[in-house]
Amino acid sequence: MKKSKIYMIVGALLLTGLFFLPMWNITLEAPQYPDPIGMNIHINKFEDAHPNDIKNINIMNHYVGMKDIPESIPEFELFPLFAGGMIVLGVVIGLIGKRKLYLAWFALMVILGSIAMYDFYLWEYEYGHDLKETAAIKFTDKDGEPMAYQPPLIGNKMILNFKALSWPRSGAYMMFLGMALSVVAFYRDKKEVAANE
Amino acid sequence: MKIYNKIVGYLLTLSLLVLAVSCGQGGNKAGALGGNMAEKSFVPPGEHDEFYAFISGGFSGQLAVYGLPSGRLFKVIPVFSVDAEKAYGFNEETKPMLNTSFGPVPWDDSHHPDLSQTNGKVDGRWCFINGNNTPRIARINLSTFETEEIIEIPNSAGNHSSSFVTENTEYVVAGTRFSVPVPQRDMPIEEYKGNFKGALSFLKVDSETGRMNLEFQVMMPGFNFDLAHPGRKKSHGWMFFSTYNTEEANSLLEVNASQNDKDFIAAINWKKAEELIASGEFETMETEYAHNVYDESTHMATTTMKKEVKIIDPSKYPGLVYFLPTPKSPHGCDVDPSGEYIIGSGKLAAAMTAHSFTKMLDAIENEKFDGEAYGIPILNYDDIVAGVVQQAGLGPLHTEFDGRGNAYTTFFISSEVVKWKLGTWEVLDRAPTYYSVGHLMIPGGNSQEPFGKYLVAMNKITKDRYLPTGPELTQSAQLYDISGDKMELILDFPTVGEPHYAAGAPADLIKPNQTRIYKLEENNHPYAAKSEKETKVVRDGSEVHIYMTTIRSHFAPDNIEGIKVGDKVYFHVTNLEQDFDVPHGVSMIGANTSELLIMPGQTETFTWEPKKEGVWPFYCTDFCSALHQEMQGYVRVSARNSNVPLKWTLDGE
Repeated sequence: MKKSKIYMIVGALLLTGLFFLPMWNITLEAPQYPDPIGMNIHINKFEDAHPNDIKNINIMNHYVGMKDIPESIPEFELFPLFAGGMIVLGVVIGLIGKRKLYLAWFALMVILGSIAMYDFYLWEYEYGHDLKETAAIKFTDKDGEPMAYQPPLIGNKMILNFKALSWPRSGAYMMFLGMALSVVAFYRDKKEVAANE
Repeated sequence: MKIYNKIVGYLLTLSLLVLAVSCGQGGNKAGALGGNMAEKSFVPPGEHDEFYAFISGGFSGQLAVYGLPSGRLFKVIPVFSVDAEKAYGFNEETKPMLNTSFGPVPWDDSHHPDLSQTNGKVDGRWCFINGNNTPRIARINLSTFETEEIIEIPNSAGNHSSSFVTENTEYVVAGTRFSVPVPQRDMPIEEYKGNFKGALSFLKVDSETGRMNLEFQVMMPGFNFDLAHPGRKKSHGWMFFSTYNTEEANSLLEVNASQNDKDFIAAINWKKAEELIASGEFETMETEYAHNVYDESTHMATTTMKKEVKIIDPSKYPGLVYFLPTPKSPHGCDVDPSGEYIIGSGKLAAAMTAHSFTKMLDAIENEKFDGEAYGIPILNYDDIVAGVVQQAGLGPLHTEFDGRGNAYTTFFISSEVVKWKLGTWEVLDRAPTYYSVGHLMIPGGNSQEPFGKYLVAMNKITKDRYLPTGPELTQSAQLYDISGDKMELILDFPTVGEPHYAAGAPADLIKPNQTRIYKLEENNHPYAAKSEKETKVVRDGSEVHIYMTTIRSHFAPDNIEGIKVGDKVYFHVTNLEQDFDVPHGVSMIGANTSELLIMPGQTETFTWEPKKEGVWPFYCTDFCSALHQEMQGYVRVSARNSNVPLKWTLDGE
């Protein structure tokens, strides 16, 4: 089998990492939490970074009126379908071996990934802004507007006494690698074809 | 020339004595802390100490946990005395811990902590400690720092010679200080001699759970048993108990028990005793004693009354016990890390005697006996002595070892610690204590491998050492750096209760095993509410059970109605928190008991018998969160015959 095909198939299969490794993580650091508390986001669930972390995040956040991190969100039904679909599609494309399809797969991944990130942003926005009227503590920002507690989409941000860190995790890194491999496969195929001619 | 030598000799002895006494009377108080000495005990903010020290509270009945070298106090673990702060002995769960065959005894005199060992090394799993007054031994779990077990010792009185652990924690021992009639009976006190007995108890320790079982008692003559230490390495399998009052006096002991030139150290071959037990060579005696066990999964203690004990009469079994004659009421009975030397500190003598285990075995084999007492052979003193430390000080009490061939002995009367060399018996150094030192402790001191960096001296009186606090003054511990040739006093720190004795271990041995929370899903308390959905109030006649929860920052339920005057109300409170260092407390106005202090995932219960109609508040007593002050609730109490229905709510729901 051509190396390019193998790259494409392996690239697609790297997405399987999403099914057992976390793809994102949000961690909160503060002096009185010598062990930071955090949440891993999987393709189908939120998970404690350390035992009971989500419970402890909820306890902490309820004072400012934030709602509990839900047990599940509708995306957790959809994401595995899309990821599974892309794996199958990628393997089939790899077997077909047409390099333009490799690029198409990559482009589709970028589009779907962007939609997922936008969706994640919307969820974070909602989570950080939709506060209960009955909140015990109501902080305002410097403009007098109600304080928002939205974690960063990606990167680090101070929220009151907490430093919030939001970064991809191994599942996502495997996915990025898979996407890169599909591009490598594209160029490799070009080379292989040129060499044969 | 000869006369000249003699005069010099006398002068030298005299000057040594003067030195010993003057050291005890004052010496240079501040000098030792001068210069940069303070840095040696300084642990910067936020950093941890190198050692844990478990210092008994003596007459406080508790065990205090300090860090070394800082001397900072971390926790007072309630053991034998009730503790309203932690609800120990007040809440329904821990009340059984203080049960005895005499009923609940809410106090004791805690004396000698000792740590569990594996292969002769401190293993950081459990700390054992004895209750002196109503004989008991407790086991503290060093993962939770809670008292998990207390077992009463029958046929015993004044459980002083206790709670020392063998080198694989096979046994923890309990020797009786007072001899008493066994079984107890009404008889004239003056018929003590020959009739009273001294029980030496061996408690088997389960190597997995730490659970203790009173395996057997060796029923000795009516001497007073003072202290004990296990053999180690070559002498493993033997336990040594010091005695006083071999005169068997029953009155004015300060005179009448101080007449014999030599008392004994009793050497017990416990491996032989095990064989006797295994082959049925014992008598079963009816008795009664309490065994109290705290179960971490139900968060509850239970008491079992035991009815029997196996007794071995040493006069019937040659080879089980030998007496080692030791000058003048030996107090401490300490075995060096190699297991060869058994040091008897004759507290009324100026000298200390070191017996040789090798010589002891030889004397036994060749029957070098010097008579017998109550059928127990007395070994010939000259055939077992390895050496004598001469004129080291006044009133030797206890000896510990640094693992480098040196021994350190406390002298009560001359108020000092003296360092001397095993084998050559020469005095190397002496350091004053302020004042009247009792025990001393080197971490790992009762093991094959002491950690010979620090020495803690525990003083009985402090006089002018600290800011005065009326007639009752603090007692104190003093920390010496013993890593060099000379002992250096580096810290003085006040202690909780009487710092009777201590045990120490490297922090790294204990820190990694800490329990941070109790897992809610593993909480098997019969009255636990593991979520707010499970909270309820149940009436059973005049008993009312409230299944309540706490989480930052509210109780559920927090409004309760339908309670009546004359009810007995049980508040079963489960702390739903699952983050470490988030306890909640609870207390009810007018409840005739203590608060509860509930660790994450734990359930505790207090009772309240409302006497007056009204609406009565309860609140969280542990500053838990920013909204701690809002963490409160009400109970409505109606007349005995009222029809107010039982109702419980949180935020109207």
